[in-house]
Amino acid sequence: METAYEIVIEETDERFFCAAGENILKAMERLNRKGIPVGCRGGGCGVCKVRVRSGRYSARKMSRAHVSVEEESNGIGLACRLVPESDLAVQVLGTMRKSVLAQIARTASAND
Amino acid sequence: MAQSSVLRPGHVSLRVLDMEAAIVHYRERLGLQEVDRDAQGRVYFKAWDEQDWFSVVLREADRPGMDYVGFKVVSSAALDQLEAELKSFGCKVERIPANELKHCGERIRFEIPTGHLIELYAHKEYMGNGLGRVNPDPWPEGLKGMQAQRFDHVLLYGDDLDTNLKLFTEVLKFDLTEQVVDGELKLATFLSCSNKVHDIAFIRHAEKGKFHHASFLLGTWEEILRAADLISMHDISLDLGPTRHGLTRGRTIYFFDPSGNRNEVFCGDYTWYPDHEPITWTADKLGKAIFYHDRKLNENFLNVVT
Repeated sequence: METAYEIVIEETDERFFCAAGENILKAMERLNRKGIPVGCRGGGCGVCKVRVRSGRYSARKMSRAHVSVEEESNGIGLACRLVPESDLAVQVLGTMRKSVLAQIARTASAND
Repeated sequence: MAQSSVLRPGHVSLRVLDMEAAIVHYRERLGLQEVDRDAQGRVYFKAWDEQDWFSVVLREADRPGMDYVGFKVVSSAALDQLEAELKSFGCKVERIPANELKHCGERIRFEIPTGHLIELYAHKEYMGNGLGRVNPDPWPEGLKGMQAQRFDHVLLYGDDLDTNLKLFTEVLKFDLTEQVVDGELKLATFLSCSNKVHDIAFIRHAEKGKFHHASFLLGTWEEILRAADLISMHDISLDLGPTRHGLTRGRTIYFFDPSGNRNEVFCGDYTWYPDHEPITWTADKLGKAIFYHDRKLNENFLNVVT
């Protein structure tokens, strides 16, 4: 079986699998749920910003307009550029945070 | 109604994060021809049916986006005159010596009110389209990917559309061809210096100097569908389409280069003449104006820029 890592979004406790070599955003897109902001998928537009709270990953080059050197060294990056090397816990930031949490709120109120 | 001494968009310089990936994208997928590289590591491309040496320049950098877009003007005299007029308008104008970009004559560069850098130049070396000028065949064999015919226009995002419009129409003598308005507020302006319905376009956006897309011309709707096939075949990041715009009537598909810069390939807009009157789209029909079939706004298309 192909290696896959479990990613958890801490704010929503959503869990999904990311295949080895695959970026986090691609795995999130497969969740097929509303509120996953997918922009350029190339590390350029900055909409899929996350903070990795635990776990190992590698980061491909991303726009310094959206992720500073300091942020990058503190586990912040664009989900489309981060490739897990272990299970990861992530927090959502910026547009990603607004979008993911707004959709959760809408779903919750629809279920009330 | 204007007769501009500006001929057309002649080049765009884009920043990319990874040059090797960008070269594969622009050469193999979009189908541009790589024509040169320089000591700074910049890579030059042309589309097959362009006559001048290059139209796209890529530069590796730590953030994607557009460095500048350059327009060719009819003569050195026109360049000098426009320089003087731009200065009286209040623009700071910089002269860039010939051959700073290989094969290109002297350029003038100025910042427009939306924060973008625009260049004008009168000379660029002639390369031709490979078909010759006597009894030519209609197209060259061996083209790659989407087989883009020419670099056509850019769409830029910025704040001060009103002063921009004044500069483009009064100084550079472009025509306003289409616009989107919300009451008195201009949300979008499409501008032409030629028979094309847009040579450059702007959308109102809080932040200055943002790049929405660089567009390349294809011949037919069938070629747009073929571009869509190539986008899936090579797992290129798709933005939107294939669809039709209300604005300009263009048939289109949008996708991203590997650094997140948006590209468009399109066909089938209409011919503009300088005695035409501009077309206006109202904000309540913005969905239809942008995506004529879906008739609704798309968050990504409106907000994702580099």
